[in-house]
Amino acid sequence: MAQTNIQSGTSTDASLRRQLAEFWYYFSENRGAVLGLAVFILLIIIAIFAPWIAPHGPADQYRDAVLLPPIFQEGGRAGYLLGTDAVGRDILSRLIYGARYSLFIGIVVTCIALVGGIFLGVIAGYFRGWVDTVIMRLMDVILAFPSLLLALVLVAIIGPGLTGAMISIALVYQPHFVRLTRAAVMAEKTRDYVVAAKVAGAGPLRLMFKTILPNCMAPLIVQATLSFSNAILDAAALGFLGYGAQPPASEWGTMLADAREFIASGQWWVVTLPGLAILITVLAINLVGDGLRDALDPKLKRS
Amino acid sequence: MSKLLEIKNLSVGFDTSSGMFMAVQGIDLSVEAREVLAIVGESGSGKSVAMLAVMGLLPKSATVTADSMTFDGHDMLTMTSKRRREIIGRDVAMIFQEPMASLNPCFTVGFQLEEVLRVHMKLDKKARRARAIELFKQVGIPTPEERLNSYPHQMSGGQCQRVMIAIAIACNPKLLIADEPTTALDVTIQKQILDLLVRLQAEHGMGLIMITHDMGVVAETADRVIVQYKGTKMEEADVLTLFEAPKSPYTRALLSALPENATGDRLSTVADFMKNEAANAGAVS
Amino acid sequence: MFRFIMGRVAVMALTFVGVSIIAFSFIRMLPGDPVALLSGERVMSPERHAVISHDLGFDQPIIVQYFDYLWGILHGDFGTSIVTKQPVVDQFFNLFPATLELSVCAILFAVLLGIPAGVFAAIKRGSFLDQSIMGTALIGFSMPIFWWGLLLIMLVSNTLHWTPVSGRISLMFFFPPVTGFMLIDSLLSGQSGAFKSAFSHLILPTIVLGTIPLAVIARQTRSAMLEVLSEDYVRTARAKGLSPLRVIGIHALRNAMIPVITTIGLQVGVMLAGAILTETIFSWPGIGKWLVDSVSRRDYAVIQGALLIIAATIMLVNLAVDLLYGLINPRIRH
Repeated sequence: MAQTNIQSGTSTDASLRRQLAEFWYYFSENRGAVLGLAVFILLIIIAIFAPWIAPHGPADQYRDAVLLPPIFQEGGRAGYLLGTDAVGRDILSRLIYGARYSLFIGIVVTCIALVGGIFLGVIAGYFRGWVDTVIMRLMDVILAFPSLLLALVLVAIIGPGLTGAMISIALVYQPHFVRLTRAAVMAEKTRDYVVAAKVAGAGPLRLMFKTILPNCMAPLIVQATLSFSNAILDAAALGFLGYGAQPPASEWGTMLADAREFIASGQWWVVTLPGLAILITVLAINLVGDGLRDALDPKLKRS
Repeated sequence: MSKLLEIKNLSVGFDTSSGMFMAVQGIDLSVEAREVLAIVGESGSGKSVAMLAVMGLLPKSATVTADSMTFDGHDMLTMTSKRRREIIGRDVAMIFQEPMASLNPCFTVGFQLEEVLRVHMKLDKKARRARAIELFKQVGIPTPEERLNSYPHQMSGGQCQRVMIAIAIACNPKLLIADEPTTALDVTIQKQILDLLVRLQAEHGMGLIMITHDMGVVAETADRVIVQYKGTKMEEADVLTLFEAPKSPYTRALLSALPENATGDRLSTVADFMKNEAANAGAVS
Repeated sequence: MFRFIMGRVAVMALTFVGVSIIAFSFIRMLPGDPVALLSGERVMSPERHAVISHDLGFDQPIIVQYFDYLWGILHGDFGTSIVTKQPVVDQFFNLFPATLELSVCAILFAVLLGIPAGVFAAIKRGSFLDQSIMGTALIGFSMPIFWWGLLLIMLVSNTLHWTPVSGRISLMFFFPPVTGFMLIDSLLSGQSGAFKSAFSHLILPTIVLGTIPLAVIARQTRSAMLEVLSEDYVRTARAKGLSPLRVIGIHALRNAMIPVITTIGLQVGVMLAGAILTETIFSWPGIGKWLVDSVSRRDYAVIQGALLIIAATIMLVNLAVDLLYGLINPRIRH
């Protein structure tokens, strides 16, 4: 069971800073993780400043520039660095705006799943008994479905679109957080510092969320990064199937759905580039996730 | 008597992120056939590391250097790993501190015992089983036919150590290295295991190297003793001399830390003693 | 061991009841009239509505409706497709062999490549080989497989013309399904070239569906192997003078497989999700494509039934994995 090195629930600023420094020491040893973090930060910057960076609007159609190849290929034009799609939209600009969708989806899904999962997990692990049984059996039910299948069905209920996609993906990821939190809370509950806080008169709410929870964060953070990247993949898959973000949105998966007809006709850039954007984003986040896991897992720490 | 194992000027270093750590520095050591040698020292004094070097069981991060290291006439330093594998497990065997962890949880103890017989003795299935039963009887495991089909987690620590001993003596080795064989066991079991080892050593005429931190174990088993501290040899003597007239201050420290030698109301520790020695040495110079 | 299995089965039964409640409520949570949704008749007179409503049991109290539904499921009645008017179960069993064949190939591909890759990476820890394997595995793990499929079609099928683009076998061949598994049926048909055709149709879908499981298995094998290699019993095995092949291939691998088996079991769910995408891309006539088509045709009866059957399938596979886990790990057999 992973755990942080915090000895008491009330850690001072100095020890927090020391922990952060120690964490960064281990994290920065992992070159892949640092590279992933750099790419991820770059993506955030791109997403935030998309209107200033992108040469064209994401929906602007240029009738005189349909299916232009990228600039380095014969026939490419300077104004359209990565070429244009079937209705003359600049692919680079669409990819830049697309980063907004992916990161937004990742953040929203992870936050919903994390908050809901922690809440249910802490309650299940703290109170045990029938509350625990009910929550955990419910989570078992959700886990009995493959994520994309449940998302598809939920989308069929809510209707296609980004909101439905995000809610359904978050719902599917939630059980993982519940299980992790519950296990961590159960392991921490009997430790001396919790008993001490209880004896000192801390109420159950304070015990649950202020005393115990901060000491269970490490596995949750790792799981959150994993959910972030998976959410991007699943949302893109839904978009690809036509049930995620709806056209003309420049979500990468939706862009790929539009591009399917071009796999046989030689316009490789329309197909390749959106997928590459997804891959790079997900890869960067997973690199960070691996680095986090190694840096936060005391079992793997070596002197 | 001929030298069974002879090591000259052995050093072992480990590559760590904070540079090279020398676990063993320039140790000389020899064992004769049918002799019981005890190597004594605190944990971290490099007792096991020297023996693991002989067996070739150190991790890749370790560097082993020695002027010579011969076992039964074979040069263990320059030997190919294939040749070494023919010798270890057959002519020189080793048992370890944690008997439960030393046995593979996924296989029956019978499988793990018969495996040595198959690899080194090339016995057929029937002969292996017969030999395994005989070995279990020798090490004092009741109802061997049934126990052979048990998994390690179904046996006690003492029984697991008996299984480990059975595996070690399966091919009638010339030398048995026991690395803290009783440390992880209950006190009552410790005595039984020690008696077993001494009896088997005498019956089979093996050389036995007993690595321990327990002076009681030394007194009960050893012919000769080497005292090791922080990777270097402090003293080497036969067992009577060592207990009666220890030469090195560290040995005296170890002996004075024995409960039966306690004077006053507090048991002295090795650290106390070394501090005094350092103070005395400082006063002299 | 027996109690372990019974405990598992009990939890599974409970979960299945939960799943059935979800499938039951699903149709009632949809916007619109469930009677119309389940019968597929959009415009109907009040009399007709009453008749169908009665046929489907909607005039009963909700509890009775649920138990009727559960009763039907236990007797193999998972509803009737609105579009084809066929029972959902029949459709499922017609299409399932295609998905099963693809999934089995993909999991074999993932296991046969992933375990050796993970073992080698662990043995050569920190080497260039290790870094290459783990780097590739992380890329595979991050792969949007629907794009990966398109890319492979574009390169391997359309540019190099090595493999066909879609379907299970060339249209030249026609024979009645015997087992439902195209590889076997094509051999049974005796037509020359049929097996080759079926095989070449399987290659790309197998790779696409197997990519993420392959990456996950390689990563898990490596970390399990690293943990096991530092165990005392591996040192014992080496002290016995066993060959490295025996030490790693028997003593270490057997223990490392315990967590890997669990991982492989978890991949089954991942595979079914992946089948939705893979089958869509390769026009593979299996469960995944059937689901997507049903969603787009708003065939809610099929979605409802399929939801239940798929969940039950996954639960059964998980049970099988638990049993296998008990077999490979003696410590479970209390």
